[in-house]
Amino acid sequence: MSKIHVSTTINGDTAEFLCDPRETLLDVLRDRLGLTGAKEGCGTGDCGACSVTLDGRLVCSCLVLGAEAEGREIATVEGIAPGEELHPLQRKFIEHAALQCGICTPGILVAAKALLEKNPDPTETEVRYWLAGNLCRCTGYDKIIRAVMDAAAEMREAA
Amino acid sequence: MSVTRSHPHDAARLHVTGTARYIDDIPTPRGSLHLAFGLSDTARGTITALDLDPVRAAPGVVAVLTADDLPFANDVSPSAHDEPLLATGTVHYVGQPIFLVVAESHLAARRAARLARVEIAAEVPILTIDQAMAAESRFEEGPRLYARGDAAAAIAAAPRMVEGTLELGGQEHFYLEGQAALAVPQEGGDMLVQSSTQHPTEIQHKVAEALGVPMHGVRVETRRMGGGFGGKESQGNALAVACAVAARMTGRACKMRYDRDDDMVITGKRHDFRITYRAGFDDAGMLQGVEFVQYARCGWAQDLSLPVADRAMLHADNAYFLPNVRIESHRLKTNTQSATAYRGFGGPQGMVGIERVMDHVAHDLGMDPVELRRRNYYDAAAGDFSTKNLGGGARDLTPYGQRVEDFELHGMTDALMESAGYAARRAAVDAWNAEHSAIKKGLGFAPVKFGISFTLTHLNQAGALVHVYQDGSVHLNHGGTEMGQGLFQKVAQVAASRFGIPLEMVKITATDTAKVPNTSATAASSGSDLNGMAVKAACDTIRERMAAFLAERHQCEVAQVRFEEGRVFAGGAEMTFAQAAQMAYEGRVSLSSTGFYKTPKVAWDRIRGEGRPFFYFAYGCALTEVAVDTRTGENRILRADILHDAGASLNPALDIGQVEGGYVQGAGWLTTEELVWDEAGRLRTHAPSTYKIPACSDRPEVFNVALWDGQNREETIYRSKAVGEPPFMLGISAWLALSDAVAACGDAYPALDAPATAERVWDAIGRLRDGV
Repeated sequence: MSKIHVSTTINGDTAEFLCDPRETLLDVLRDRLGLTGAKEGCGTGDCGACSVTLDGRLVCSCLVLGAEAEGREIATVEGIAPGEELHPLQRKFIEHAALQCGICTPGILVAAKALLEKNPDPTETEVRYWLAGNLCRCTGYDKIIRAVMDAAAEMREAA
Repeated sequence: MSVTRSHPHDAARLHVTGTARYIDDIPTPRGSLHLAFGLSDTARGTITALDLDPVRAAPGVVAVLTADDLPFANDVSPSAHDEPLLATGTVHYVGQPIFLVVAESHLAARRAARLARVEIAAEVPILTIDQAMAAESRFEEGPRLYARGDAAAAIAAAPRMVEGTLELGGQEHFYLEGQAALAVPQEGGDMLVQSSTQHPTEIQHKVAEALGVPMHGVRVETRRMGGGFGGKESQGNALAVACAVAARMTGRACKMRYDRDDDMVITGKRHDFRITYRAGFDDAGMLQGVEFVQYARCGWAQDLSLPVADRAMLHADNAYFLPNVRIESHRLKTNTQSATAYRGFGGPQGMVGIERVMDHVAHDLGMDPVELRRRNYYDAAAGDFSTKNLGGGARDLTPYGQRVEDFELHGMTDALMESAGYAARRAAVDAWNAEHSAIKKGLGFAPVKFGISFTLTHLNQAGALVHVYQDGSVHLNHGGTEMGQGLFQKVAQVAASRFGIPLEMVKITATDTAKVPNTSATAASSGSDLNGMAVKAACDTIRERMAAFLAERHQCEVAQVRFEEGRVFAGGAEMTFAQAAQMAYEGRVSLSSTGFYKTPKVAWDRIRGEGRPFFYFAYGCALTEVAVDTRTGENRILRADILHDAGASLNPALDIGQVEGGYVQGAGWLTTEELVWDEAGRLRTHAPSTYKIPACSDRPEVFNVALWDGQNREETIYRSKAVGEPPFMLGISAWLALSDAVAACGDAYPALDAPATAERVWDAIGRLRDGV
């Protein structure tokens, strides 16, 4: 099968790649671009481990084709920290011990960041239901919610 | 001191930046190949034709292997050598690997695996407990039996009796990282295997057998897993062996990871159980005699089913003194996935049995279920004066003859009832239920007493390797594996404390069979107990050598050399730890040591059911409040209060994480997580679309978790306690709370099976309201 040439923007940088028309954005990110932060947890859009944003919209990259990235802006966990310094969400996840095995963490951070961009002052219930599509088998979620609420508060203060 | 402080997970920064590497993230050598299994679609039968030509002809396929192509052992069993990597003429469950596809990409391998033409002469499968009992299809020669006194006579003589049957579902681990392995051929026929496994030594052992080389020809490395929960104790063997065999054959690196659906269809899960019970008791609720029959559905191969079923028997008492008791255990062989280790390892199933009895007895007597439980508790440990002993005599002997010398639950129950405001909330729930018929509320209390140690006594050993470099930095290695529980950080804290240095000076390294040999699985909650002690021994050896050297140089007693806050004090001299390491190196002192630990006191006869299988017990208790919509069965956890005993916690933040995660996982097991097999033996719930683990929205609205302020009465590492499995069983309180809410709908006992899905809750309410 002939490959498709795709030009896109990933975490603010332009990127080009060739991909099979059937290939998912997740596989492109991981296997062609070496961005392994997004994980495959289920491959069916049910676990959220592969979460990225596409033109600012939160998506499961396992349900998006690589070819759909043409001309769009993709953001992944690798782009959350502005530089050496961590994003407040990342810092709060460490401070609150809001991770264990860590494999759901990138997707949850991407999802939480997308929430706070839409709604900088979410209620706890809004956080719980926004993140309901991101499964975590280790933590029981309590510390994750606390970390997101705390990061949101800090970001509001800084704004 | 680094211990007893809440340091973050050792890889936390890597995790939040997406740079922590799991097996599938490791850059592979050029030309790496990818593997997939072709699976049986039949639960039981004989393969009559196998045409793999279409698979071989598929794009990207490099090789296709069947059992006949395997050069040496065709076995991935951790126990009874009854689990071939690839089927040998017969198939025993839907999902059993029949052939192995080696291809240029993961998807090419998976697509090709679907193209085989397999003909199987199907036989009637044995799927259920009833079918297995009728066919006498079992492991071991017959049921195991542990007993004390005459339970039947005690029940007959007791003023009151309850009896019943409980169906208890299994559980998919749902580690978010599926099984994965990568094998890279080395010079001279050696093999390097990177595996997502809780048991690198077992992987090494099985790969060596499959390659026909001694264990020294195979090195296994495990940096981290994306969750394990017992599901990576033996279930990773197949992938690692497949990769190694294919890598040997092709001379190229081979990687295999299961897609989620394949993972759920191929790998084993928690054993589902049926438990029948009879209990005799007096009007005060004191148990006189209890009988259990436990039926465990073990699947097609033995795997770890015998010790799992043993542990279910060993936890049939949970926290209660049972004066006369009989526990019969049937280990049934069925044409389903081979059930395997899962957090609690049978303990949760045993415990649910006696908690059902307690729930039933309390309902029968109309007695407060917390009070009933406290009356039947084991005697308090010496020094616990929080509650007077109600038994009047020594009530400290388990059914298997081990004395309970550290019983903490009297004091812990007092404290939890106080902090959770139990009495007032009980009254409030009763008042609510008297006034409302659509929404009923319920409260459930569950204590946990969990035995710590491998019941197979020889597994209770661990090794470590520690190097101090001449700049004072420390390289740490031990046999434990990191699956998210924070073991590496807790053990690094031990090392930092022994040398009196900051945690940053200790480098945590991947588990590696070339550094520490002959390790046990990181399982049975034993990780920090065993490896912490082994690392302590290694560090102390180096520290003593350094102290002896410095004492001589600075003319002081060895005992006067102190290692504190990154500095070393010897006589009047004071130096940094780095300077001390440099001096010791120049003084030709060895700065590297192994360490070894074996758990004392344990000795156990699993056939007779007698001895001391456990070094100590870990305790916890939980109170859960739920609301149930009686019109639909839908329900919600409103509040959970937990008090858990981690001894003198090595790291409270990590330990509380284990408690919270364990509770939610345990509650998931007993409420929403339902595995469904159809009559052909196909697992119909093989993805998160159909198998419901708790989500963020299911978290209790109020979630109060605290650690019990105590210390281990046995000499463990800094008097801490194991914390991996015990909190899982706190989730039983959620199931009991649902039972309580359902009981408010009528007079009969709800007899709620597990998982208590909304559908089951709704059914139970219907039975009560119809008076059936």
